Amino acid sequence: MAQAFGAQLGALRGRRRTRWRDLSPMRKREAKFGLLFITPWIIGVLLFALFPFVASFLLSFTKYNIVAPPKWVGLEHYVHMFTDDPLFVKSLRNTAVYVGGSVVIRIVLGFALALLLNTKVRFLGLWRTLFYLPSVVPIVALSVIWLYVLNARAGLLNSLLYAIGLPRIRWFADPDFAMIAFLIMSTTWVGVTMVIFLAGLQGIPEEYYDAAKIDGANVFQRLRRVTIPLMTPTIYLNVLINIIGAFQVFTQIFIMTGGRPRDATRTYVLHLFDHAFQYLPPQMGYSSALAWILFIIIFVFTAVIVATSQRWVFYQGGETG
Amino acid sequence: MAAATTTRSFLDSDSFVRVSRFVSRALLYLLLIVMSLWFLAPLFWMFMSSFMPLDQVGVFPVQWIPRVWQPENYTDALQFWNFGITFRNTMFVTIISLIGDIGSCTLVAYGFARFRFPFRDALFLILLATLMLPFAVRLIPVYAAYEAIGWIDTFYPLIVPNFFGNAFYIFICRQFFLGIPQDLLDAAKIDGASEVRIFTQVMIPLAKPAIVVIAILSFQNSWNDFLGPLIYLKDPDLHTLAIGLYKFTSLPGQGGIYNQQMAASTLMVMPVLIVFFLFQKQFIQGANISGLKG
Repeated sequence: MAQAFGAQLGALRGRRRTRWRDLSPMRKREAKFGLLFITPWIIGVLLFALFPFVASFLLSFTKYNIVAPPKWVGLEHYVHMFTDDPLFVKSLRNTAVYVGGSVVIRIVLGFALALLLNTKVRFLGLWRTLFYLPSVVPIVALSVIWLYVLNARAGLLNSLLYAIGLPRIRWFADPDFAMIAFLIMSTTWVGVTMVIFLAGLQGIPEEYYDAAKIDGANVFQRLRRVTIPLMTPTIYLNVLINIIGAFQVFTQIFIMTGGRPRDATRTYVLHLFDHAFQYLPPQMGYSSALAWILFIIIFVFTAVIVATSQRWVFYQGGETG
Repeated sequence: MAAATTTRSFLDSDSFVRVSRFVSRALLYLLLIVMSLWFLAPLFWMFMSSFMPLDQVGVFPVQWIPRVWQPENYTDALQFWNFGITFRNTMFVTIISLIGDIGSCTLVAYGFARFRFPFRDALFLILLATLMLPFAVRLIPVYAAYEAIGWIDTFYPLIVPNFFGNAFYIFICRQFFLGIPQDLLDAAKIDGASEVRIFTQVMIPLAKPAIVVIAILSFQNSWNDFLGPLIYLKDPDLHTLAIGLYKFTSLPGQGGIYNQQMAASTLMVMPVLIVFFLFQKQFIQGANISGLKG
């Protein structure tokens, strides 16, 4: 998809604008049908993307509690955020920990599992299904289950630690471990990433490995010199998807800790949600300002990754699309 | 030198190769088994503990087999949680959303894939860009708008947007339409079929694999949705399964009744698992398409 985005940009750059009046009657008819077919999306993008995008920008300069009309306060929210809201800084730090940790976990573990499954393993379909299974379980149910897995007194994880002779950890009661607990939980959702990697690995022609073997490359050299370079487009895509998703982590945190203990698991979107829907009166203006900062952060991350991708992403035989 | 030669011949010996291959295979399967246990143990425990007596749930270290099987955990849980209503609500929202998603996304994808019109590529770029827009940015204005038109405490906010196209599903479907040979369409056109007939009678049947993938993604999306129902549905009679389960586990006094919580979780998870096992291939394809087709 990231590739499609780049290709789309390229296509735009290279094309001269087609003007309506230059079109032949046949082409006009075709254009009318095309526009007719995409009408639902045009309405949708105006109502559910452009309108909220502009409105939340404007609301971020106001005090707004839904009941009364918004009141203009200028840059107050943005100033408050950076000078007078220690929880903003803290939630940003917690989110950074989650994004860094979970993206590395997904990429490394997802890639490792895909490599294991790409070794002509028997019952490939069965293993793939087993590893994918937790990814289809509704997150509410997973949260309820994992609350017990991570239970301090008798949970599954502490039982495991006990079995290998380690002390129990008070996961959600200990500010040092609460965020780590969420990262541990995220290890069981690498299914989607793994499946995408596996499909990429299966697309690498066998001859490349054969050639490397003839040249005397061992397993690790083949991994470093053949597999990883050829997999960079897939790694690129997975990094992008996972970063955008991880910045918005919310549901499991809302259900399992609500930000406790001592705001050690207060993530960015939870902070934003609390201002809009938990606190009384609702602070929708401040919440909108928070949303816009999040948008800018995600945008900058995406832009940097896309811009640097040419340096480390290799496309085989000029195949883009 | 001599040492090097011996190791070499040892490495080349047939039995060594066979033994090392056996060991590495055994290690591989051991690793796969350990990882699947790590992935599945929580779900397995959810199912087992949903039949356990309460005092057995709290035993340390954890126990896996119910001392006595206690199916009444399920009936007890259902006393506090109207499963029937939440299930029906979830089914309703899921099915209508699915119809909306399939209808709108196939139409729009076809428009992008098969017609030339001014600004088409720019519009498609915008479509891809909306995938980056965090839901938090839309949350408040959209909520305020629904509040203003009286849609809070109705299913509309969960259903109506699906009739206006989802960028990701449109992307999937367009990729698929692009792969259908133009000759087929030209033949239909020569036979005098109208654009609408070509779409409904040639393209839709051909696009079945893509539609199944969209249907599964849409099903998962509605069934698992938490934030939407949480903010839009306050009336308990409108709650969906996700909210029902959340409210049930956060009821006062429910904090420690883990066996009933696990029974409730099992009830919510089962339908998804059944659909997953029936359509495994399409689930995997759905994850794949985003990766494969670039």
